[in-house]
Amino acid sequence: MLHGWLSDAEIEALALSLRVSLVAVGVALPFAVGAALLLSRRRFPGRGVLDALVHLPLILPPVVMGYLLLVTLGTRAPLGHWLDATFGIRFVFSWTGAALAAGIVTFPFQVRAIRLALEAIDPKLSEAAETLGAGPLDRLWNLTLPLAAPGIIAGAITAFAASLGEFGAIITFVSNIPGETRTLPLAIYSAIQTPGGEAAAARLVALSIVLALAGLALAEYAAWRVRKMLGT
Amino acid sequence: MTLDIRLRHRFPDFALDIAFAAEETGITALFGPSGAGKTSTINAIAGLFTPESGRIAIGGETLFDTATGIDLPARARRIGYVFQEARLFPHLSVAANLDFGAKRSPDPLPPAERQRILDMLGIDHLARRRPRNLSGGERQRVSLGRALMANPRILLLDEPMAALDAARKADIMPFLERLRDEARIPVLLVSHAIEEVTQLADNVVFLDEGKVLASGPAEDVLSRADLSPRGAFLEAGAVISGKVASQDDAHGMTEIGFEGGTLWVPRLTAAPGSPVRLRVKASDVMLALEEPRGVSANNIVAATVAAIRETADGLYLDVELTCGHARLLSRITRKSCERLEVRSGMTLFAVIKSVSVERHARRGGEENSGGA
Repeated sequence: MLHGWLSDAEIEALALSLRVSLVAVGVALPFAVGAALLLSRRRFPGRGVLDALVHLPLILPPVVMGYLLLVTLGTRAPLGHWLDATFGIRFVFSWTGAALAAGIVTFPFQVRAIRLALEAIDPKLSEAAETLGAGPLDRLWNLTLPLAAPGIIAGAITAFAASLGEFGAIITFVSNIPGETRTLPLAIYSAIQTPGGEAAAARLVALSIVLALAGLALAEYAAWRVRKMLGT
Repeated sequence: MTLDIRLRHRFPDFALDIAFAAEETGITALFGPSGAGKTSTINAIAGLFTPESGRIAIGGETLFDTATGIDLPARARRIGYVFQEARLFPHLSVAANLDFGAKRSPDPLPPAERQRILDMLGIDHLARRRPRNLSGGERQRVSLGRALMANPRILLLDEPMAALDAARKADIMPFLERLRDEARIPVLLVSHAIEEVTQLADNVVFLDEGKVLASGPAEDVLSRADLSPRGAFLEAGAVISGKVASQDDAHGMTEIGFEGGTLWVPRLTAAPGSPVRLRVKASDVMLALEEPRGVSANNIVAATVAAIRETADGLYLDVELTCGHARLLSRITRKSCERLEVRSGMTLFAVIKSVSVERHARRGGEENSGGA
């Protein structure tokens, strides 16, 4: 169906976008849960620094984030070189780099949603679980995470939608390579730069809008379903 | 298993300094006004609050002892805690809530015992429901069941009825009475409601401003005239224990026999022979030198003056009366006292209106356990 409407290159950009976003959100999710737990539950030295670090991508221009990634993980940077030489992991000019950039830039969305959900949980429930013999990990797994599930899901879907639209960090870090790092926004940008590409750009813009709206609707729906399932 | 507790803690606004023991079975009430330190005390027992110093032991086992550095975490104490607001887990069904503690108990109850708890609390049919679809009384019963299913060594009830309206309270009271009669572990009930305590407690620890003012059998503690700190918190009165002697269905009255005679009270739904506890407020007891005739009050009891005390505010006199082993308290003015020349040792007639008696049926063991 899509073939009649979009070109192969455009479908490729769509598929790549979905893959990059899925990996970005999936890999970042456990870290986001961890960061949200630390920020909502614990008082520790360096908490303010962690809070600031988590929120940094929200306030820094994405291009700056992309540049910082490039200078730390580029093949000539010490860390990037080491990863390449030791594990053969190379982010630059690769879709995994795009996923990394998207994951980092959308990290704050996940952390904020999860943290709100965690803070909404009545701490008295945890006390009750404790008197019933549940230790800390037991309570986390069987009480806290299930109760925070609506927030976790909402955060993940929001981050997914936002990462579909990530442009600056990706193009700065991993460039604009068709089939490898040219996600939807980059494809739109390329189409606009190409003489006669307006029609292609318009199609991709429409697609982006539909995806974004679908993502938002899905987030609401999923959160509603989970809330219903949890009976909260 | 008995509970021994001694603890001290300094809060910014008051100091907790208490010691008491709770019996092996039956309900011990921690009774006192709000802010007396009741909840801090049971939180310390449960391990949810760490006092500065003290010792808490159940049976032979020490749960907490600052002298030896013992401080078992709450999850290892095996103490059942029923909170004021039930605190059921909203994402789990009633059945899963009930299983939560049972699954984690090092000494789980056999299925027959678990069924007995479900039957006692009448919650078997709620198994598949969600907590949010339960009434307040049902929630408290499930919460009670959840605590008992974990097979705790002691049960703590923190004002289990405070969040319920009068109808829901009446709903859950019979279940608490059954719990008292059937539980094989010590139960500690925190309450600031005299009705609850009169009805349920076998022993009372009276707390105020972080200190134990009195402790002992409920009849004794709740009958003491000198325990009305902060004015109106505990209106002076006396507790009488007796048994249902007869029912007068035509008039909707019940006759209660006690050691000093009989009392007619508004109808109690309890079979003849059932133990009953009544609390008669001192201000509801009138005194007469001769047996009065032609009065509307149904109850006239001959009694001996044991002592006369000034009330804390100095305005009135509390006359302590004995009839047999039972006690009554009458609050009168100085003027009445002088007019009647009330003295220790003299015999008087106490006049009690039926409608003023606070009735509290104590369910008897077998014969009435089905409820009425």
